[in-house]
Amino acid sequence: MISLESYLVVAAALFSLGLYGILTRKNAVNVLMSIELIFNSANINLIAFSRYVTGDTEGQVFALFVIVIAACEAAVALAIIMSLYRILKGVELTDASALKG
Amino acid sequence: MEAIAPKIIFWVFAGLMLGSAFVVVHGRHLVRSAFALLATFFSVAGFYAMLGADFLAGVQLLVYVGGILTLILFGVMLTNRIYNLELETATFQVVPGALVALTVFGCLVAIIYNTPWSKAALVEEGPTTPAIGRLLMTEYVLPFEVASVLLLVALLGAAMLVRRRTDL
Repeated sequence: MISLESYLVVAAALFSLGLYGILTRKNAVNVLMSIELIFNSANINLIAFSRYVTGDTEGQVFALFVIVIAACEAAVALAIIMSLYRILKGVELTDASALKG
Repeated sequence: MEAIAPKIIFWVFAGLMLGSAFVVVHGRHLVRSAFALLATFFSVAGFYAMLGADFLAGVQLLVYVGGILTLILFGVMLTNRIYNLELETATFQVVPGALVALTVFGCLVAIIYNTPWSKAALVEEGPTTPAIGRLLMTEYVLPFEVASVLLLVALLGAAMLVRRRTDL
């Protein structure tokens, strides 16, 4: 039987990869993909806890809400990226520096 | 010998997930990153199935692969001049970013192995869809309705944001 800790460590590695992507990518679409990785790692944790710690299905309902919010987030983020592209003629985040002090 | 098979499947899914996630965050090619994300979503769905969440595995495939990944591919196509076949994306702050990510990963692993998790008795695996449906219609009916309003607002907001402001 696979232990709870194995699932948590794999989810932590997925989270760290997503964090690395957010910090190092210049392209806004790529940053969005990294955010999706982080959503997925949180979902793995929720479902692993619902199986091993509480033993019921309530964690799966929470994961379902996370998926709904991820869908909303992707739609709105892509709309923002389109507007950014229209203004900057590109989606490089280092160019979006109008608010930089 | 049947205890070996789940372990092999687990590590195959974990390797596929982390390898494709590395391609997503470190690959040079934007379209290739998007397709590596497909493999990541598939292996996460495999994890859900191994954890006994059959309904969630189906939802993961339908919503993430069918919806969000298609949306991201549209984003890739619409925000790049597709006739330049390179579509290469740059990275910056690689060393500080890797340091931060590795530190966070180390802290998380230390916390995971030092916490005494209270383990419940493993329940019998079975279809989870009736239980989820019952919870959504009784205990979580308010979050369910709020989520539907959120989806509507996100739909309208996205349509407002991408429209050209000529007829205002």
